[in-house]
Amino acid sequence: MEAAAAASCRQRALLRQVLGWRLAAAVAWSVLLLPACTAAFVLLGRAQPLRPLRWIADSFNDLYTSYVIFCILLMSVVILVISIFNVEFYAVVPSIPCSRLALIGKIIHPQQVIHSAVHAVMGMLVAWCAAVMTKGKFQFLAVPCTPSESPENAVPQMCLNEYHLFFLLSGAFIGYSYSLLYLINNMNYLPFPIIQQYKYLRFRRSLPLLVKHSCAESLYLVRNFCVAYYFFGYIPKVWISTTMDLHIDSKLHPLDTLSGLLDLSLFYHTWLCGAFLLITWYIAWLLFKIYATETHHFPVQPTFAEETDQCLPKILNSNPPLIIKFLALQDLMLLSQYSPVRRQEVFSLSQPGGHPHNWTAISRECLSLLTDLTQRLITQQEAAAANGRAKQQAGEMKVLPQTPGAAVTEDVPFQSQRSNVIHRASMASLVKSPLMPSKTSPGSDIGSPFSSPALTSKVGILDLNSPWHGSVQSPHVMRRGPKLWTSGSGLQMNGSHHESFPVVSLARVGSEAVQPSFIYTWLQNKQEQIKNFLSRRALIMYFFSKHPEASIQAVFSDAQMHIWALEGLSHLVAASFTEDQFGVVQTTLPAILNTLLTLQEVVDRHFKLPHVSSKPPRISGSLVDTSYKTLRFALRASLKTALYRITTVFGEHLNAVQVSPEHKKRLQQFLEYKE
Amino acid sequence: MCSLGLFPPPPPPGSATLYELNNVLVCGRLCEPLPLAFQSQLAGLPALSLPKDGLKAPGRLEHGTRPAFIHHREALWKRCINAWRDAGLCGLLKEIASAEEDEGLQWLKTGSSSALAVCRWLSSLHGSLFPHLSLTSEDMIAAFSQAVDWAGCTVRAFAWHPHTSKFAVALLDDSVRVYNSSRSPPSPGASRQACKALLTSRLRRLVLRPPQRLPAEPLSPSWDFKPASARAHPGTGLWGARGSALNHVSATIPSLKHRLQRNVAAVAWKPLCASILAVACQSCVLVWHLDPTSLSTRPSSGCAQVLSYPGHSPVTSLAWAPSGELLLSASPVDTAMLVWDVSTENCVQLQWFGGGGVTFLAWSPDGSKVLAATPSAVFRVWEAQMWTCERWPTIKGRCQTGCWSPDGSRLLFTVLGESVIYSLSFSEYRGEMQGQVGGSKTASIVADLSETTFETLYGEERIGGEVHSMVWDPTGERLAAIIRGNPDSPGSQTVVAVFRTRNSPVFELLPCGFLRGEQDAQPQLIAFHPCFQKGALLTVCWSTGKISHVPFFFVSAHVPCASPGRSPVVAMPSGSVREQPLFSEL
Repeated sequence: MEAAAAASCRQRALLRQVLGWRLAAAVAWSVLLLPACTAAFVLLGRAQPLRPLRWIADSFNDLYTSYVIFCILLMSVVILVISIFNVEFYAVVPSIPCSRLALIGKIIHPQQVIHSAVHAVMGMLVAWCAAVMTKGKFQFLAVPCTPSESPENAVPQMCLNEYHLFFLLSGAFIGYSYSLLYLINNMNYLPFPIIQQYKYLRFRRSLPLLVKHSCAESLYLVRNFCVAYYFFGYIPKVWISTTMDLHIDSKLHPLDTLSGLLDLSLFYHTWLCGAFLLITWYIAWLLFKIYATETHHFPVQPTFAEETDQCLPKILNSNPPLIIKFLALQDLMLLSQYSPVRRQEVFSLSQPGGHPHNWTAISRECLSLLTDLTQRLITQQEAAAANGRAKQQAGEMKVLPQTPGAAVTEDVPFQSQRSNVIHRASMASLVKSPLMPSKTSPGSDIGSPFSSPALTSKVGILDLNSPWHGSVQSPHVMRRGPKLWTSGSGLQMNGSHHESFPVVSLARVGSEAVQPSFIYTWLQNKQEQIKNFLSRRALIMYFFSKHPEASIQAVFSDAQMHIWALEGLSHLVAASFTEDQFGVVQTTLPAILNTLLTLQEVVDRHFKLPHVSSKPPRISGSLVDTSYKTLRFALRASLKTALYRITTVFGEHLNAVQVSPEHKKRLQQFLEYKE
Repeated sequence: MCSLGLFPPPPPPGSATLYELNNVLVCGRLCEPLPLAFQSQLAGLPALSLPKDGLKAPGRLEHGTRPAFIHHREALWKRCINAWRDAGLCGLLKEIASAEEDEGLQWLKTGSSSALAVCRWLSSLHGSLFPHLSLTSEDMIAAFSQAVDWAGCTVRAFAWHPHTSKFAVALLDDSVRVYNSSRSPPSPGASRQACKALLTSRLRRLVLRPPQRLPAEPLSPSWDFKPASARAHPGTGLWGARGSALNHVSATIPSLKHRLQRNVAAVAWKPLCASILAVACQSCVLVWHLDPTSLSTRPSSGCAQVLSYPGHSPVTSLAWAPSGELLLSASPVDTAMLVWDVSTENCVQLQWFGGGGVTFLAWSPDGSKVLAATPSAVFRVWEAQMWTCERWPTIKGRCQTGCWSPDGSRLLFTVLGESVIYSLSFSEYRGEMQGQVGGSKTASIVADLSETTFETLYGEERIGGEVHSMVWDPTGERLAAIIRGNPDSPGSQTVVAVFRTRNSPVFELLPCGFLRGEQDAQPQLIAFHPCFQKGALLTVCWSTGKISHVPFFFVSAHVPCASPGRSPVVAMPSGSVREQPLFSEL
């Protein structure tokens, strides 16, 4: 227990050390850019195209006034809050909702609700600042009413300024929409760039796109807001005016009418405010992305004893936070490709003892990552092949007797992978159980639902619980495991089924894992009946039907790690041909070739499955990064390139490597460039 | 410094250069066989003849279904929407300005026509800054292509596969053909017999029909799908004589056609891959995924990935990273060059204003640097890890072509308007210097190619001028350059000059000789075979549509970079000594 606590403490320290300064710099830059944005906003908000000199002079005079400076300070706080949310919500592995129900579940998850609420409040704050800076009729919430002719009303009354209210509400609306789009577009996903570039250049490259995107999005959001205000605008108006004891000016035109909304200046200023809000927030988001995905230089060999925790082999083999692992693998890829000096360190032997610890650690981790992926794909293909219930029943019996907890701790001995004909039985045991909210590997919670249909169905119960009941669960359990849609029909209905007796089924899971009983089969039968009943209701099918593309994307959602592992490994092996003085790579070459060739077979088979498109979808050059959707194509290409890299360098020497005959045949094809 | 005066005189007219042996270029009649020891080396290389009349001219001028329907006049607003969708703001303005309806639209029409005028004026201003922008895209490709006469010749682009004996040829009719050769060496005896048989058969035909010259054989439509050298054509005698080569050309010659594949300016094979070919077209980059084991001669257009980016057309140059992961594409219109991750179709723009576009790309064989030439008098050398660049202004004109030494430490380039070859050395790539290109301070002139007159037995020959395209063989021992004659003086001609080079310990450039094809053939394109074992093999595409291979036999100090046995990404371990510009003349 203490060891675990110490480990988590060390990991946090590592995270702070690697990421802390970067995040601080990102926030600092986004705050520093705020005055520039504000200046642009003030300039555009005062637009007087007919008197340009006056316009510019006025705007500059305004910039120094105390309330603009106060607004800038206030918005800095807003940026800080937004940045904190960015930091808290980022993910290097995107979570992809496979059905509409899952998406709804994500939206009403407490975390997301808090996110949305805070963003709405922040949006309102920014809108208030914008209203104050715009001046004119927008500045105050309460204004003196237009004096009426009748002399008895000598006391000036305060009236509600509906323009100001409109501004505030639009800010809240845009803030909420930002949060919603952030979720739907997976904007918390940190995509790593395909080429390395300096931060300034990356920022400069994305800036025009960001401005364009923000302006367009602001336009759409303001339009939507106008529609919403037209229908529901009277509610907040009445509420505010009663609580704050303000009158509603009868002389002015109410805004929740068609003619009121057709005010061009109002529309322009709202749009400008929305664009300003989105630009500042997106800049904070962009800078966070750029800083977080920047390469980090992990030493291969520690120079001082206290650095041992931060050296590359150690980090790869421990279970650091995912982002650290990603950065470490990225660094591995870069060093293997560009840095002969650091490659030499990888191939070096330990000083007393003469063991190739660095290489062993690195290659073991890369290979276990790739083996994990292979197994995940095999189970998924089995599920696809089963695609019927007969198989499901059979699989159930096979898997159930195994205690799920034991599977987690089971480690794949490195050497045993050499004879890597994967047995199906052993594979089932290798699949890490999802019933434990394990943090062991990022793949575990994604891949596991494929382990067997029976296991999957139970996970389905567990999974679907969380969003419905709003119980606070760890995001790992929360994240929907992707079920292949063909076999998924078996568990889609479980979610609705458990509504009737969720507690029972949940309680059962533990005991049944040990001993299957007739209650379980009875439950299964009931499930079937309910499923058959529900599948005829179109609306329910609409929510539960899975998108095949989404579930495939979800399988490969963390493939970036595997791509880097492949590239790093293959570059290292290729370089070892000339640079490895002690022959440390030779000992693992058969294992590497076996793993790569097995993965190649499995990936090939995956792309031959029905419903798997063989071409990447078109990516529009928008700000929202959708590169996670195409990771599987990148994986396929880099796997092939990795194999060719090894075969091209080693050439005929590969015939001396011990591999199975099928793999030998495959290798021969690679040697002849026939693959 | 090397100059053309030191070259041996060009071979006599009528005889073609056959090969280089013992440091001498051997030329002779077309049917001379190679020395026996080397015959097996060339087995299986297809020599082709692709005459112009065999190809259908690109007849697809009008696309779409519009001509098939009766013209129908829509309402103005509908036309405006269509114009907006098709051609953007300019189209919309044009549509409004040319509208025939008059009811109350007069002010709109005048407004839009004046806006259009402002647009035109702005674009002409832009065009006066960068004159190449006013060219049509075909003229632009012709101006910046590496082929000497891109518009008129049958072969428009050529590329060897980096690992196998396979090449792609882009033709005038916008198709790309892939020629394969099996590498199994034939027995020399068989080849001699085949040669004899061929000779006797040809002799018999000549005897039977003495008065008339052999007419060009009628071209059957399916001709191009046959092994090209299967026809006994007197012109291919140089290669026909090497008999059994014919039988070893793989029978399947995939011919790639695609709706978007128009005006091909460049083709490039993906390294570390069996068969992925990138084709630079007028509007996009097509990436063909060919199955090397497939027997189909017309791969469907479903095998092609379309990589397009708004504002990035026409594409005139392509370069794959030697590690096989990234593809660079360049267009003279776009100031940014694009880095494509082909598998996911993601691209990153590398923007660097100034220069007005990018015309030519060359990735150094060790993968560390990229040359990017622009249409104005400046070129850039990018460093391929952090993607920063060094800017090199030239004195006279734009950089026309360039090539890298195998270890990426030296760049040779030529400039339009000057008949010299410049050399630029770079500090050796260590990988640790992130974001530094590391070029030396000045480029030095290593060869003077100004016009020289050779007095030969057959008359005076004038050779020399600007270099149009230049290639360096993978061992770094031969350099070939197409020297374009001076267009003003009538006697000068386009030739291929070959130099002997050495890069380490000091850079040396020595004359080797001129290559000559058959009568009236001008060289179009040159390329070195990436993994020829016995020296270097230069492939020359001639203006007559012939593609011939000229071997240079020598014992190389280095193994060719891309051949099995050496990784293309691993830098040469034999560190070239950082040397001084010995041949500097400036």
